[in-house]
Amino acid sequence: MASRKPAEAGIEAAVEKGGISNLSKDELLKHYRDMLLIRRFEEKAGQLYGMGLIGGFCHLYIGQEAVVVGLEACTKPGDKRITSYRDHGHMLASGMEARGVMAELTGREGGYSKGKGGSMHMFSKEKHFYGGHGIVGAQVPLGAGLALSDWYKGNDNVTFTYFGDGAANQGQVYETYNMAELWGLPVIFVIENNQYAMGTSVKRSTKSTTLYGRGLAYGIPGEQVDGMDVLAVKAAGERAVAHARAGKGPYILEVMTYRYRGHSMSDPAKYRTREEVQKMKDEKDAIEHVRDLLVSGGLATDDDLKAIDREIKAIVSDSADFAKDSPEPDASELWTDIYA
Amino acid sequence: MAIEILMPALSPTMEEGTLAKWLVKEGDAVKSGQIIAEIETDKATMEFEAVDEGTVGAILVPEGAQGVKVGTVIATLSGEDEAAAPAKVSPTPNATPAPAAPAAAPPPPPKAAVPAEAPDWPAGTPLKTMTVREALREAMAEEMRADGTVFLMGEEVGEYQGAYKISQGLLDEFGPKRVIDTPITEMGFAGIGVGAAWGGLRPIVEFMTFNFAMQAIDHIINSAAKTNYMSGGQLPCSIVFRGPNGAAARVAAQHSQDYAAWYAAIPGLSVVQPYSAADAKGLLKTAIRNPNPVIFLENEILYGRTFEVPDLPDFTVPFGKARIARAGTDVTIVSFGIGMAHSLDAAERLAAEGIEAEVIDLRTLRPLDYETVLASVRKTNRCVTVEEGFPVGSIGNHLAAVIMQQAFDDLDAPVVNCTGKDVPMPYAANLEKHALITVPEVMAAVKSVLYR
Repeated sequence: MASRKPAEAGIEAAVEKGGISNLSKDELLKHYRDMLLIRRFEEKAGQLYGMGLIGGFCHLYIGQEAVVVGLEACTKPGDKRITSYRDHGHMLASGMEARGVMAELTGREGGYSKGKGGSMHMFSKEKHFYGGHGIVGAQVPLGAGLALSDWYKGNDNVTFTYFGDGAANQGQVYETYNMAELWGLPVIFVIENNQYAMGTSVKRSTKSTTLYGRGLAYGIPGEQVDGMDVLAVKAAGERAVAHARAGKGPYILEVMTYRYRGHSMSDPAKYRTREEVQKMKDEKDAIEHVRDLLVSGGLATDDDLKAIDREIKAIVSDSADFAKDSPEPDASELWTDIYA
Repeated sequence: MAIEILMPALSPTMEEGTLAKWLVKEGDAVKSGQIIAEIETDKATMEFEAVDEGTVGAILVPEGAQGVKVGTVIATLSGEDEAAAPAKVSPTPNATPAPAAPAAAPPPPPKAAVPAEAPDWPAGTPLKTMTVREALREAMAEEMRADGTVFLMGEEVGEYQGAYKISQGLLDEFGPKRVIDTPITEMGFAGIGVGAAWGGLRPIVEFMTFNFAMQAIDHIINSAAKTNYMSGGQLPCSIVFRGPNGAAARVAAQHSQDYAAWYAAIPGLSVVQPYSAADAKGLLKTAIRNPNPVIFLENEILYGRTFEVPDLPDFTVPFGKARIARAGTDVTIVSFGIGMAHSLDAAERLAAEGIEAEVIDLRTLRPLDYETVLASVRKTNRCVTVEEGFPVGSIGNHLAAVIMQQAFDDLDAPVVNCTGKDVPMPYAANLEKHALITVPEVMAAVKSVLYR
């Protein structure tokens, strides 16, 4: 399939499979739980930033949770993922521990990078999460290179390479498209189109606003997806994965999403109206959407969901405690890990 | 009047070549544009076309002749109205007599230096002579045979057999999955190489020249060099970025830069710049096995130079160990890469004047063998550094600072840095010579620290 119109709503996708009632209750609850963990974690991170416990740049993922949660639901062990600096959600969704992520944010010994990477630079080789990159667009060829390693070894792993609408204007993205399709690399390019590259809207960045369509020039199929609907994201992700895993080369998903917070903690967000943000929260919120599906479908009660809320709150609270209590890295760490 | 056909220059650095094959014989009529001969340069076998129409008079250099200097009259062509009689050749200022085939033996390799300490191979090891080009190819081929995760990628590395013939034959032996031709897209394929290294492979990324690596320097530094640190040691990056660095000949400012000092400034990188073929081979093998990103700086002019290389099945040279290329007592000359050619030449000429210079080849700039340099300076009490790069923030500047801090009392004169000039590389032949480091400049620097 070369391309699709803005994807079917998640419910329609669900109906294709036989209706919401036939969707696995456990699956929907997992989506709910995973998205909620990211949101509560990020809220806590914002709080710790305000308290001065987290420094430097800190880019929150609140609002975009359905993107990584929907796509992680399409992965198998061995699949890889890489993204830019708005990366906490990707880490949690890939199974990295909240404690280690939060302790990295506070720059402590217990962080995933022993406090040497910070918000933008965390990795877990065990979970095949390859960062965490601070140069806009740089992760795109890096992701294709990870895919090349699997192509070279001849296995069927795929690499999810996430980038934003801002990165989509970087030249190296198109250098990578060209080679990925030329060599048939198993890479899924995920454009998280949250509509603002820092403060510049897509419309102020380009006349070519249908970003997935740019891949067609290189022969790469793609589609646009409602990124506020975790089921739609998952359905599109499965199409992309099937393509890449079958050795047919790269695939592009342009996932239409929205961040509720500023670009970073220091962004006053004057480039959009409060009404615009509130409308998205009220009408499109990904977590509320799944909550509605669960409750209206009779798959969960308010009490069931409250229990999950409490569980998440405990995990996040524990991660914050750990991140505050973990000692700063020993001064000798300054000189380690420069060379392997 | 017969037209003289001269041995052509077919690359910026070509000084001589082999007349591989004549495609015409005496008495043949040729048309303008007709291919009349095949000429082998140090990089490739090229077809040579007739510029003028006429009849081939005399073929003056037989096929198979090697070492034919550029500008030599190789044949004559008579014009349409002339008899096709063999014409007498008048000597021209830039034409040297054609050597009889087979040509004179290639110049002998430089004298094997006598390492004063820690020789890189055991005494009695058989030696073979090879060019730096062959040594680099042999290093890659050996490592690719030994380790299936090693692969080569870059522009023209495969079907073209390498822009500078370094990868000649590798595609045939290892196939297109391990010798990957890339589009012209340095930033993209450098990033892909780094990602592939994180995925468990050992890429060798060839830049056609390091000048083009400026398009890719973000991945070399931000992605390759820093990620092991930023990941708390989880993601080392075993990758070699290699290619010619520094000035070739007459290719002007954008194609002539020496990046040694730039890359040597970056923690997380290892930086190698070999001079001899033995070091090129042994250090490249070490670089490919190294778990960290290695910048391997070659030199186009050195590619065709011949040296002795130990004939060992697995010869490697460690990083961080300088080589005392020439022992001496009066002054220490520290250099690397093609700077070694100027330094050794200067040392020989100085010896004729009674000055015995110790010449140290750093070989790797990061890690840098400070101890060997300091020990030599403590012995000679004088030091001159020689490199082709720009003067500001040079390797020599750094060494001068270290020597000042750690051997101040041993110095009998300030350290002098001989570098390229602080100008973009000019195209004009005379200006280019002025911009580069020269042997007389090295000699003058040595004399200045000896107060002679």
